[in-house]
Amino acid sequence: MRKKNLVIGISVVAPSIIAIAIFVYGFITWTLRVSFSNWNSFSALLKGEYKFVGLRNYIRLFQDTRFQTDLWNTLFFTLFFLFGTIALGIVMAILVDKGLKGSRLFQNLFLFPMAISFVVTGTVWSWIFAPGNLPNNPQGLNLLFQKLGLDNLMWGWYTSTDSLGHFNLALIPVIIAAVWQLSGYTMAMYLAGLRGIPNDIIEAAKVDGASEWKIFWRVKMPLLTPITLSALIILGHISLKIFDLVFAMTGSGPNFVTDVPAIYMFELTFRSNRYAMGSAIAIIMLLFVAIVIVPYLFSSMRGEKR
Amino acid sequence: MKRVIIVLAVLFAAFSVFAASENALEIFSWWTGGGEEEGLLALFDLFHTYYPDIEIINAAVAGGAGTNAKAVLKTRMLGGNPPDSFQVHAGMELTDTYVIPGLMEPITFIYKELGILDKFPKDLLDIVSYKGEIYSVPVNVHRANVVFYNKKIAEEIGMKKEPTTWAEFLMYLDKAQQKGYIGLSLGDKNKWTSLHLFESIVLAELGPEKYNKLWKGETSFNDPAIKHALSVMKDLLKYVNSDHSALTWQDATRLVFEGKAFCNVMGDWAEGYLKTLGWKPGVEFGWFAVPGTQNAFMLVSDTFGLPKNAPHRENAIKWLKFLTTVEAQDTFNPIKGSIPARIDADKSKYDVYLQWSMNDFSTKSICPSIIHGSAAPEAFSTALMDAINKFVTEQDVNKAFKEILWIAEDNGYVTD
Repeated sequence: MRKKNLVIGISVVAPSIIAIAIFVYGFITWTLRVSFSNWNSFSALLKGEYKFVGLRNYIRLFQDTRFQTDLWNTLFFTLFFLFGTIALGIVMAILVDKGLKGSRLFQNLFLFPMAISFVVTGTVWSWIFAPGNLPNNPQGLNLLFQKLGLDNLMWGWYTSTDSLGHFNLALIPVIIAAVWQLSGYTMAMYLAGLRGIPNDIIEAAKVDGASEWKIFWRVKMPLLTPITLSALIILGHISLKIFDLVFAMTGSGPNFVTDVPAIYMFELTFRSNRYAMGSAIAIIMLLFVAIVIVPYLFSSMRGEKR
Repeated sequence: MKRVIIVLAVLFAAFSVFAASENALEIFSWWTGGGEEEGLLALFDLFHTYYPDIEIINAAVAGGAGTNAKAVLKTRMLGGNPPDSFQVHAGMELTDTYVIPGLMEPITFIYKELGILDKFPKDLLDIVSYKGEIYSVPVNVHRANVVFYNKKIAEEIGMKKEPTTWAEFLMYLDKAQQKGYIGLSLGDKNKWTSLHLFESIVLAELGPEKYNKLWKGETSFNDPAIKHALSVMKDLLKYVNSDHSALTWQDATRLVFEGKAFCNVMGDWAEGYLKTLGWKPGVEFGWFAVPGTQNAFMLVSDTFGLPKNAPHRENAIKWLKFLTTVEAQDTFNPIKGSIPARIDADKSKYDVYLQWSMNDFSTKSICPSIIHGSAAPEAFSTALMDAINKFVTEQDVNKAFKEILWIAEDNGYVTD
């Protein structure tokens, strides 16, 4: 009986495992192989003669100013995106959790942006932030500022090539659009977390004379740590790979101020036919995501073992 | 048991449908919208009147201005499953990707059989040839080095004669800017339009003979004219709208239509766009060749070739022969808004702008466009596009010139 269960169990899971082995891990290994080759033109690919060139593609990438800009953009985008979604998510969750009149409506409203595809979000926000020809012909948000008499708030938004150190200011509108889209997700998670906190703890803290703020910061937040961690991981790996939002909203931007590795990889592979370079970027992105996800997996597995 | 028989019968019927299309013709393109699709379908209809028994399979792939279609095509060619004929830009896009690796059949015999070698401009046949053999049939021709301008604004700034030198052009741009208009509108959100502008400037500075020689390795990229082209572009950028990186080419043309900008440099698909917006050529808008390029025709052209091992080779050859006829070209081009590649087409079918273009096409030197796939392989044009994108912001002439030399060297061109 036991053996039959085992056999049935394995045969149910086996097709998925085989499919994943071939289409995920097999292809990842192939991409790794291509990234070590010299297949940087269609004729090279056609000839199919594999020439191992080691880390040459990777070295060229790290010397490329466009790729360096991409890495800085990814760093700052990820930082501000994570901070924005988590902070905004917590604030919205607390507000909704109070159970005031209309909180159900707002809870749904905050969640709706998640249902829209990144491409739609990117396109519409690019219209909102389109600067128009300053200073006489503003559009979008700039036009609103002008009508309100706030002329000195008009600026180039994602056409701006200004930067604070390595942080390109043109990323700000992109970050705003991304936070708008996904803070509903963190709100939902924190809401669930807040509702899971047993009331006795809150009561006990109140009896001890703790203020509202102290209750939040010293009691609730620590209990929400696993949620914060989970949100960081999931949103973090989305932002490391981000493509469609940026591509639809701003493209690479003037002087690549809003360029990200995924866009560069797309252009190298499908527009320039430089397959080995594109594969190298893909592997680098995989490593970034692995650095974030693997420790999390290990720690959660260890947690379960206990 | 009964169910098994029914399933097998259905499968058999399904397969026999596939087997039945023996006398078929699969045409692959990215003409899936607007006037392009209409034109393609009109061609199919006309083809049917000559060959009613051939079933045409329209294998068009939508999206991405051809990038999706090109990716699908590459996969098919790699996998040994070519379509019978496919749309491809004239010149390097075909030559570098498919002719040199040996995936295309030469079709000089078609031209010789029909005796039409003199019905196409020699420069154009040069562009679609490799080592003396012709590999594709050009169907339509667009001109890339054109300036379209708003006639009302032109009158306001006192432009009586169209400028033929940079000095004159810059003077009018300045006048327009003084009056509060954008001088030269630019929409480089997708990056390619700034290279589109730059290549016309290079053409003006080098002249058509030297420009054409660059691509054949007969003249060096290390030419002060190219460096000067960068400074000219820098001068022009002073009159460009500040939000150019948020606009597409259509938005930039729209600025001219809305009376916010004086002029725009674009290929003559912009003319088609202005017509759909409601303007009439010569009435509300005028045009002239980019200053310095009056004696050159910067070509953007779609062509069809014959891949090796085409599944229905005889039908593909019929299609290609059909495309070379005046009738086919005069059916497709008026709908698409381009001019025919044959110099003996019926001029009365085309509007006043297209007639101007046709006259220049049969008399001036023809030069392949970089950004539209004719002059150089895609790796070169995308790298150059990125370099110009940087230049538009940094405006560092020396740095950009060095980068251009590196890119040229990387792709095997002459740089000494």
